[in-house]
Amino acid sequence: MSLFISLFTISLNAILVENFILVKFYGICPFMGVSKKADTALGMGGAVIFVMAIASAATWAVNTYLLLPFDLVYMQTVVFILVIAALVQLVEMFLQKVVPALYQALGVYLPLITTNCAVLGVALLNIQNGYSFIESLVFGATGGIGFTLAIVLFSSVRERMEDCDCPKAFKGFPIALIAAGLLALAFMGFSGFKVFT
Amino acid sequence: MKEILYAIAVLGAMGAIFGAVLALASRLFAVKTDERLPLLLDALPGANCGGCGFAGCAAYAQAVIDGKAAVGLCAVGGAESANKMAAIMGVEANAMQRSVAMVKCRGRHHLSKGNYEGIDDCMSAMFVAGDGPSACGSGCLGFGNCMKVCMFGAISLVDGIARIDADKCTGCLQCVSACPRHVIVEVSQDADIVVACSNHDRGAELRSICDLGCVGCHLCEQQCEFDAIHVVKSLATIDYSKCVSCGRCAAVCPRGIIADSNLRRDMDVAPSIAR
Repeated sequence: MSLFISLFTISLNAILVENFILVKFYGICPFMGVSKKADTALGMGGAVIFVMAIASAATWAVNTYLLLPFDLVYMQTVVFILVIAALVQLVEMFLQKVVPALYQALGVYLPLITTNCAVLGVALLNIQNGYSFIESLVFGATGGIGFTLAIVLFSSVRERMEDCDCPKAFKGFPIALIAAGLLALAFMGFSGFKVFT
Repeated sequence: MKEILYAIAVLGAMGAIFGAVLALASRLFAVKTDERLPLLLDALPGANCGGCGFAGCAAYAQAVIDGKAAVGLCAVGGAESANKMAAIMGVEANAMQRSVAMVKCRGRHHLSKGNYEGIDDCMSAMFVAGDGPSACGSGCLGFGNCMKVCMFGAISLVDGIARIDADKCTGCLQCVSACPRHVIVEVSQDADIVVACSNHDRGAELRSICDLGCVGCHLCEQQCEFDAIHVVKSLATIDYSKCVSCGRCAAVCPRGIIADSNLRRDMDVAPSIAR
């Protein structure tokens, strides 16, 4: 039961309270870049969930069985980038061969997020928070879900803004940045939110 | 010193292992792509307009290889690309009926029911009470949704009415689906005679809202020796299987909305010449 509670708390944290994009400000690049349409945002979100989950699992294993025994924890960042990049490449090849439908759906987004800071961030945070393997996996996946939630919400806002009559100086990117700021402000409302105390 | 060596050894080993695994994986998971695919892509124009009914040129090329689509569906590439594709696939190219889009409205004078000051967009204007601001319920609204979707710069707005340059039109028909009023229709490129009005209102009614619309006077019908043009619900309609492009209906039309091909081209570019 306590495992369930801890996993639930981790999920809630990753999705709402400590949302990767809107609270921690990781992964802003894809957040601004691929949020023009809701369906491409959803595709990107799917790819991020997938990569963050497997990256969490792989980096946890590398950290526990390779870095800790050799006292190489200070090399975390470099090693994790290497692991994630190689892993995503491998998964991409695997998917193309075995599940072409999923490969088509994730499309160009999969290689795009190879070196995304949200993915690297989730790997580093797993270690920082001292999560176990299961906890890391859940934190990775739900972190991805939080990313998806934020980017889909934001893309819907942007789709609506397309038709808005906004001042010329704000057209396009500036108004999108303002909207992102407001969205982040809204998510600040979740800070300190707890179900199990 | 030991730490440095460890770091070098561990990272070096990891890099080597990952490299080896990826190299192995690329062999193991290599996906066979048909060598004809890049050739087909070369033969296609690469506009990704979707006029063939597929998601893009690559999707169409793949469908051709899979045998799900015939060669020569590409309107943009035309006969040239159809022949190239046929040569690659080793089949006969069947002559494709090429079509272009045409705006079935000349009503630059049609009245407005009121002032519309909303978003500069046909779709939005259509949401305004009573199907948009123009008095004619089937005419061009003139906010240029078709112009925005046209990838080939073939559509322009002249006097607030969309005009399609038949020479630039590739027949991808994106504008046909973009028009909320369905004023833009597909016509065969060989169609020499066209009727440029979509309004089914009766004569007097139509006269009160537009001076460039079909009133259904039947003059064209009486002139036609080939039984090819008929007034259907107060709108002249051409049966292209019978039309021989003699141009007599165009000559007799009192409203000047039936045009032969040369005139059509001129009208498409500058409607004032047609008058």
